[in-house]
Amino acid sequence: METVLIAPANYSVLGIPLILFSLLIPIAGTALFTYIIAKRLAPLVKAAPDNRLNNIPQRILQVAKLWLAQWRQPRYRTAGIIHIVIFFGFLTLSIRSCSLVIIGLSEDFVFPGLGGTLGNIYNFLKDYAATAVLVACAFAAYRRAIVKPARYAVPKKYGHEHTAEALFVLGLISTLMLSESAFEAAQLAAQSQKGIAGDFVAPLTLVWFWKLIFSNTPIENLQAIHILSYYIHDLTFFFFLCFLPMGKHFHVITSIFNVFFMRVKKGNIKPVRHGVPDDKLDELESFGVKKMEDFTWKHLLDFYTCADCGRCSDQCPANAVGRPLSPRFISIKGRDKIFKNYPLRGDFLPSEPLIGDIYEEDEIWSCTTCGACEQECPIGIEYIDKMVDLRRGMVDDGNVPQSLQKPLSALEKRGNPWGKMEKKRAEWTNDLPENVTVKMFDAGDTAETLYFVDSITSFDDRMQNIGRATANVLAAAGVDFGILGKDEKDSGNEVRRFGEEMLFQDIKAHNTEVILASGATRIITADPHAFNALKNEYEGLPPVEHISQVILKKIRSGAIRLKPIEDDSRIYTYHDPCYLGRHNDLYEEPREVLDAIPGIRRVEMTKSRDRSFCCGGGGLMLFYEPEEEQRMGVLRVEMAKAAGANVIVTACPFCLVNMEDAIKVAGMEGKMEAIELAELVDRQIIR
Amino acid sequence: MEILVCVKRVPDTAENEITVRKDGKDIVRDDLVYSVNEWDNYAVEEAIQIVEDKGGSVTVVTVGDGDSEEVLRREMAMGADNGILLKDDAFVGSDGKGIATVLKGVVQKGKYDLILCGAQADDGAGQVGGMLAALLDVPYASLVNSVKVIDDKKLKVGREIEGGNQEMNEITLPCVLSIQTGINEPRYVGIRGIRKVASVEIPVLGASDLGLDAGAVGKAGAKVKLVDYFVPELGAGAEMLEGSTEEITEKLIELLKAKGGLK
Repeated sequence: METVLIAPANYSVLGIPLILFSLLIPIAGTALFTYIIAKRLAPLVKAAPDNRLNNIPQRILQVAKLWLAQWRQPRYRTAGIIHIVIFFGFLTLSIRSCSLVIIGLSEDFVFPGLGGTLGNIYNFLKDYAATAVLVACAFAAYRRAIVKPARYAVPKKYGHEHTAEALFVLGLISTLMLSESAFEAAQLAAQSQKGIAGDFVAPLTLVWFWKLIFSNTPIENLQAIHILSYYIHDLTFFFFLCFLPMGKHFHVITSIFNVFFMRVKKGNIKPVRHGVPDDKLDELESFGVKKMEDFTWKHLLDFYTCADCGRCSDQCPANAVGRPLSPRFISIKGRDKIFKNYPLRGDFLPSEPLIGDIYEEDEIWSCTTCGACEQECPIGIEYIDKMVDLRRGMVDDGNVPQSLQKPLSALEKRGNPWGKMEKKRAEWTNDLPENVTVKMFDAGDTAETLYFVDSITSFDDRMQNIGRATANVLAAAGVDFGILGKDEKDSGNEVRRFGEEMLFQDIKAHNTEVILASGATRIITADPHAFNALKNEYEGLPPVEHISQVILKKIRSGAIRLKPIEDDSRIYTYHDPCYLGRHNDLYEEPREVLDAIPGIRRVEMTKSRDRSFCCGGGGLMLFYEPEEEQRMGVLRVEMAKAAGANVIVTACPFCLVNMEDAIKVAGMEGKMEAIELAELVDRQIIR
Repeated sequence: MEILVCVKRVPDTAENEITVRKDGKDIVRDDLVYSVNEWDNYAVEEAIQIVEDKGGSVTVVTVGDGDSEEVLRREMAMGADNGILLKDDAFVGSDGKGIATVLKGVVQKGKYDLILCGAQADDGAGQVGGMLAALLDVPYASLVNSVKVIDDKKLKVGREIEGGNQEMNEITLPCVLSIQTGINEPRYVGIRGIRKVASVEIPVLGASDLGLDAGAVGKAGAKVKLVDYFVPELGAGAEMLEGSTEEITEKLIELLKAKGGLK
């Protein structure tokens, strides 16, 4: 096609051919970018190993879903939509931006395949993409500068606001969009002034607007605009590329890798060190994360990838009650520390202990491992494993809060955190009705099913009722079951999560041995923490089911029939226990069990299913004395009240402890009730 | 600074059910679990902190049977450098003075600047520290809740006295201190730590190694003899208030007013 304006590749200023710049800018930009990335990779090379090349098909699927389809973005609707527009705009425009760089060297360059109709379609699309991106940037800037959503705020102790960086980058993106379209529009305007029919210009795009604006601009000015906007684009493009690895916009580059390498299995904790089997753990010199390089390379990549969007902390129950933990700043502080220790220029700094430097002890012990942060993160950043690794490091150094030392020592000696005597573990069975018998594997009984009771249900006066209800329900459903009695030890779910790995290994080995020796062919538990540990942390056990799954099957088969709710003033809501829901994807079964009770009125809380709000934590978390402004449980019962419920049904003894306490603390006794699922079923069962 | 800490293995009293044996000479020990006497654990932590700050080494010592080795290992896992087990049939049945005599023997075999004991033991009488100091003829401070090293000749120690008051003393080294709980926050000892020191050799010394006359210690030398163990009968005088929280509070206030506790 005939062109009116001289292309940058052929233009000279003061006798200097600009093609030189077209060559120099990409070379310098690419070289600098490569240098920066090499520096950024250095700590990853020094970091601990991580096994992230398994389950490749699932990983590819994750990239397709979370990265390409932006699956989790719309969970925050406004920000999500803006992000999706910018993301797809970027993807579309990446081809155009690359070809523009080459056009600076060769005027007529087009990517192979984009010469014909496909090219026309692409040009049409990319013009709308650029326009949409600019509009999205304007919205984003408005949100950042004027609306200021609370989750972007930076509390004082974490440093200064990040708004300036965000706005600066939005400015860069807008500059790219405006210069790209101005470059093209100047040529089109000149052609149209000369009466040459140009390409079709998509209406209401940036190019279309520019062309309109340029319609009476003198040709020589258009020539200047054409050249100037080209180099503005070229410079901005390479500046932006090199600026990305300097802060939160590194995610533009790293997120695809981070999502590919993100965790594929749920509910488990990483090994102490990848590649070191459990029986070789004694040979390790140090345990857990003490300094930066003790993190795995994926966890350092997490730090780089954090986009500072604040969704994790917005969902974090510890953050919500004022505990000194905000997952977002676990990442941001980690990233800033890497940047400081691995400067782009000069020597790398020696690594120092992280606790007492960027992280505080209470910050790390504050996490209930509920998993809300990881569930929310749009780009697969992990927190639980980091918390556990940091705790492992503290445990290894003897740095454990006094409030946790007693229960840990009791677990070691007695197999339960209260230090109760082993022989009393089955005492809860004493008060069962005559027609309900619980077989005792430790007394030589045999049964097909093993009911794993776990510590709190065995020993806590109130929670023993869950044990009795579970036994009643199993008996009513005709299940042949027994318990391990004094041979059972705590499942150790929290022992592992509180960093006492070797104690967990001992407990696991003991329980595995007695479970296998029992001869049971399946395991049932009513404790989601035990369910999680046995299912995801132990190996070689018979299949494990949660009581809600068993009840639902028995309801469907007709083995269990339920009578109607009598009191019609009761409005029920189901609280998802973290270790049943988020960590094991059991959301529907408990709800279906509830809905099978005739006449039940059930409402959902706003935060439910994978956005459930942790009750305050189970296992050893019951013993930890956190700094906090209020209890998570209190917030949760208030949420139940707001949903219009007056009965909270949960399926976890720890949730029940926390809910019942919270009801008292909140002064809602008599107005709100908490009950466990098996207890409710036991009450409604037709015998 | 070379520090010796005397520790004891005691039944864990938290959730153990302590019942007296039928013959009244001991408690039933079948279902008990044991741990380091809590006060001693604070003493070891204090010793480790002093050594971390000033250099030197910490040695833990206990008088006991073969099972007592586990508490030495636990304290070594915590950071004590050496352990010594004092075991001899001749030591069995020692009274407080007998134990102090045995400990004197081990102190004189080494060269210690400072000797720490727990202020008391769960199953003890709180007498060994003072007796040991007297036998060694060195100064003694009891119920110590802070230790500051002034130089290699002197310490500044704080003692808790009645009514929550604090007393500060200067004490000359070598000396014996009995340590109160709460002086520090003892570090956690995990399974891994214990395993690391599982194969460290712990010397076992008997009466002859310490140059002790077997007749001066143990049952033979004991001037205090255990006569009986029993659970006292529940007396009258305790009253459980019943009713709702408000009712209980009201009754309690009435009672306190009636007895002059509230004016």
